[in-house]
Amino acid sequence: MIKAEHLRYAYNAAETEELKFALDDVDLTVSEGEFVAVLGHNGCGKSTLAKHFNGLLLPSGGKVYVSGMDTKDDAYYWDIRKTVGMVFQNPDNQLVATVVEEDVAFAPENLGVPSDEIRKRVDEALKTVDMYEMRRHAPHLLSGGQKQRVAIAGVIAMEPKCIVFDEPTAMLDPKGRREVIDTILKLKNEKHMTVVLITHYMEEAVKADRVVVMDKGKIVIDDVPKKVFSQVRLLKSLGLDVPQVTELCYLLNKAGLSLPNDILTVQECADELEKLFK
Amino acid sequence: MLKDITLGQFFPIDSPLHRMDPRTKILLLILHIVAIFLANNTAGYVLVTLFTLMIMLLSRVPLKMYFRGLKPILFVIIFTAVLNIFLTPGTKIELFNYETPMTWEGLVLAGKMALRLVLLIITSSALTYTTSPIILTDGIEKLLSPFAKLGLPTYELAMMMSIAIRFIPTLIEETDKIMKAQKARGADFESGSVIRRVKALAPMLIPLFISAFRRADELAVAMESRCYQGGSKRTRLNEIHFASVDYVAAAIFLLFFAALITLRILL
Repeated sequence: MIKAEHLRYAYNAAETEELKFALDDVDLTVSEGEFVAVLGHNGCGKSTLAKHFNGLLLPSGGKVYVSGMDTKDDAYYWDIRKTVGMVFQNPDNQLVATVVEEDVAFAPENLGVPSDEIRKRVDEALKTVDMYEMRRHAPHLLSGGQKQRVAIAGVIAMEPKCIVFDEPTAMLDPKGRREVIDTILKLKNEKHMTVVLITHYMEEAVKADRVVVMDKGKIVIDDVPKKVFSQVRLLKSLGLDVPQVTELCYLLNKAGLSLPNDILTVQECADELEKLFK
Repeated sequence: MLKDITLGQFFPIDSPLHRMDPRTKILLLILHIVAIFLANNTAGYVLVTLFTLMIMLLSRVPLKMYFRGLKPILFVIIFTAVLNIFLTPGTKIELFNYETPMTWEGLVLAGKMALRLVLLIITSSALTYTTSPIILTDGIEKLLSPFAKLGLPTYELAMMMSIAIRFIPTLIEETDKIMKAQKARGADFESGSVIRRVKALAPMLIPLFISAFRRADELAVAMESRCYQGGSKRTRLNEIHFASVDYVAAAIFLLFFAALITLRILL
C-alpha cells in the first residue's frame, strides 16, 4: 500500500548551516488493511513522515511509493492524493463549508464526481461517522469531536484506500477523543481501510496492529504493540510513556512480583493479578 | 455581544423560498430594492409592505429572526428619522417650542425612510436566511460567469467568499479568546483616550493575524489533500437549476412590479 525506501527529508536550512534531516533513512511498509500507529515525541519527524504519504512533501532522498506510484512522479499527483486521505490535528482548519454535508461533498466535487453520486457518497460517509442527523448543521456549532468526525467523513467521501491521521485527537477533550478513535477503529474493521495513526497517546497506539516508534527522524522500534510496550525502559529513555497498566505491571515486577511484561489493558492486568493471588 | 452577529446565518429548513434558485433570488432581491424606492404614494407603500410581509411568511423563518436582524441598524433608522423630522422644511408642529421645529412633512418623510430601510434589511436577510452561503456564492458565480470570458476569476472569487464566510464565526471566537487572555494579563481595552484604546488593540490584533495566517496555511494543505485543483472541472453536491418554483416566483414578482408602476403612474 505505502512503501518508503531510504526516505530522507531535509527542511530548507540556511546555506551556512549543516543540513538537518527531519527524516533520516526511513524504511517503512504499510500493507493493505493494516492499522499502523506511529509514536514519538514532538519533533521526531512523525508528522513530516505522514506528509510524505500523500505527496504533500516530497523526499529529498529515497523514494515513497503509494500503491506502486512514485510520489515524485507528477503524472500521479492527483491519483496519490485520491488514494491516501489525510486528517489533520485542528478540525476547524480543515472544514471549508458552512454546512456539514457541503463540506463532506468538497472532495468528490473537486474530483468531478456527478451530483447524484456525490449525494450517495456524502450520505454514506456521514452515516459511517455517525453524523448523518447533523448533516444540515453549521460546523462551528459542533463540538470538537463532532467536527473531527465531519472532517473524517470529508475524507471518506473521496473514497481513498488509506487514511493517514496526523494527531487527530490532540486538540480534543476525552469524549471527543473516544468518538474519533471509535470511528477510526470502525473504518479499519468494517470498511477494511488501511489506517496510519500518528499520535502521542499510548492508549490509542495500543489498539493498532503495529506500532512504529520514531526518534530524531529514525525508526527505533517497529513491532506489534505487546512487544513494543514491554520495552518500558527504552520507551522512557525516548521521552515516551507507556500505557498506565503496563507501567503498573512494570513497577510491580520491579517490586518482586512476576507478571508478564506485555500487559496492555486493564482487563488483562486484573486477570493476571487474580491468577497470581489465587 | 460577539455572538449576536446574524450575517450569513442560514436557516436550514424547507420552504418555497429555500427551494428557489439562488440566481432568481439575487435578481429578484435587486428588483425588490428598486421597487422599494419606486413606491412614492400610500398605495405603493402598502403594496410593497404587504409583499415583503408575504416573503417573510413564505420563508417560514421565525419572524423573531427578522427583528433580531434589525437590531444592529436600529440606531441608523432612529438617527435618520430624527434628522428628517427636524430638518425638513414645511408646516410646523406646534407641540414644543424648539429653535429647530418639527414639521409634519418631516414626520411623514421620516416614516417613509424608516419603512424603506426596514424593508430593505428584511428582504436582504430573507435571502441570507433561505440560502446557504455556498449556494449563494454558487449563484453569484453563475451570475458573474459571463465575465469569466473577460478574464475575471469568478470561481476563485466565489471560493474566497465562501471561505471568508465560513471563518467569520471561528475568528470571532478566537478574538474573544485572545481578548480574555490579554485581559487576564492586565490589558485594558476600555478606558483612556481614543488613541490609547487604539494602541491597546495591538496586543489583540497581532496574535489574531498570526493565527489567521496559520489557519490559512493549514486550510490550504487540507484542501490540497482533498484534491482541490481550482475551478473548471468541479461538480456540485447541489447543482443549481431553475425549477417551476422559480418561474412562479418570477411571474408573481413581475405582476407585483407592474402593479407598483401602475400605481406610481396613476396616483
